[in-house]
Amino acid sequence: MAALYDRYSSLVYAIALRVLGDTGAAEDVLQEVFMQLWRKPAAFDSGRGNLGAWLGVITRNRAIDGLRKRRPETDIADVVVSVEPDMAGEAERSRAMEKVRGALGGMPAPQRSALEMAYFEGLTHTEIAAKTGEPLGTIKTRIRAGLEALRKAFEP
Amino acid sequence: MSAHEQFADDLALLALEALHGDERVAIERHLEDCPACRRELERLRGDMALLALSASGPAAPKRSRDRLLKAIAKEPRAEKTPARRSARWTLLPWLAAAVFLAIAGSFWQQSDRLSQRVAQLQEESSQQQAQLERARKVVSTLTATNAMRVTLVAAQAPPQPQGKAIYVRERSSLIFLASNMPALPAQKAYELWLIPTAGSPIPVGTFKPDARGSATVIEPTLPAGVEAKAFAITVEPEQGSATPTMPIVMMGAGE
Repeated sequence: MAALYDRYSSLVYAIALRVLGDTGAAEDVLQEVFMQLWRKPAAFDSGRGNLGAWLGVITRNRAIDGLRKRRPETDIADVVVSVEPDMAGEAERSRAMEKVRGALGGMPAPQRSALEMAYFEGLTHTEIAAKTGEPLGTIKTRIRAGLEALRKAFEP
Repeated sequence: MSAHEQFADDLALLALEALHGDERVAIERHLEDCPACRRELERLRGDMALLALSASGPAAPKRSRDRLLKAIAKEPRAEKTPARRSARWTLLPWLAAAVFLAIAGSFWQQSDRLSQRVAQLQEESSQQQAQLERARKVVSTLTATNAMRVTLVAAQAPPQPQGKAIYVRERSSLIFLASNMPALPAQKAYELWLIPTAGSPIPVGTFKPDARGSATVIEPTLPAGVEAKAFAITVEPEQGSATPTMPIVMMGAGE
């Protein structure tokens, strides 16, 4: 567990801190995510994806739950993540990070901001539509297109 | 896209945990019967994981690590973790029985998966053992002092000094074999150089031919991943040099 922590804590902490903006709360999420992995190791099935990506998704979801003060809706054992780059090593992560930043930079501004609001602030499409004054359908499509644009950046 | 287009936007929202109420129920119901949409949801979660990478910041404080390890020490891993939370099972004993069956089933499945994995690892390990054995043989033949080394050249040509470098850049692995090397003056050695495509020659190692003019340099320490343009040999003081002393006595470029 210490080895897993040493490998993935920077990833988990960075996400939690970005979402919550508070070091104390981010430390709590860090603790909670690793304790969950400790208590329910079977929730993550290595045949189903890579651990870094899985932790990334779980962490973001827990941090958003914390931010919005709500109970988790999805059981961690039901979260299956399918992604190309392996996020085990620092070097691979920083290479992938460059690509992600490039893809974000290449997005039209409204798409990027819809995606970031949904992802890092946990706003629903309805809330984003209300905030930006744009139609609900447009927001939904932007969020999906944003996620797909990231995927495309990793396609050969 | 193989997933259903009409659900595509909602799948993205579900991945982001931004879908609630009826909309969520509707898509979850659809997911139960639609492997293509389940697959798309997994990929969308993968995209989310990529997005997670765009967050970066200071490392977690040291105290977090201590806190986690302390908490773990206090909480030995439970052997039976219920597969799912259920609010009703305490009310319905038969359901409890079903849960126990499910747990037993999942343990059985896990142990089955584990034994498969063990078998697979054993298989891999014996394959690796065989490969290793083969590699050992190859290397020992290449480097054996009692090996007969024959270089075939055009008939009637006098024996020529010859060196063969086998270099695998990705592994920084090098095997070098030389034959018919002229004897050296005292306190001198041959030195092999890797000439990179960019930059100055890198010393690979020194060697002295045996009485029959044969010599080897096997797996020297090399900087990682250097692309080689050519290899060269110079005569240097026994302890080797950092830069080659002219003239180059032998040289060869990649084929």
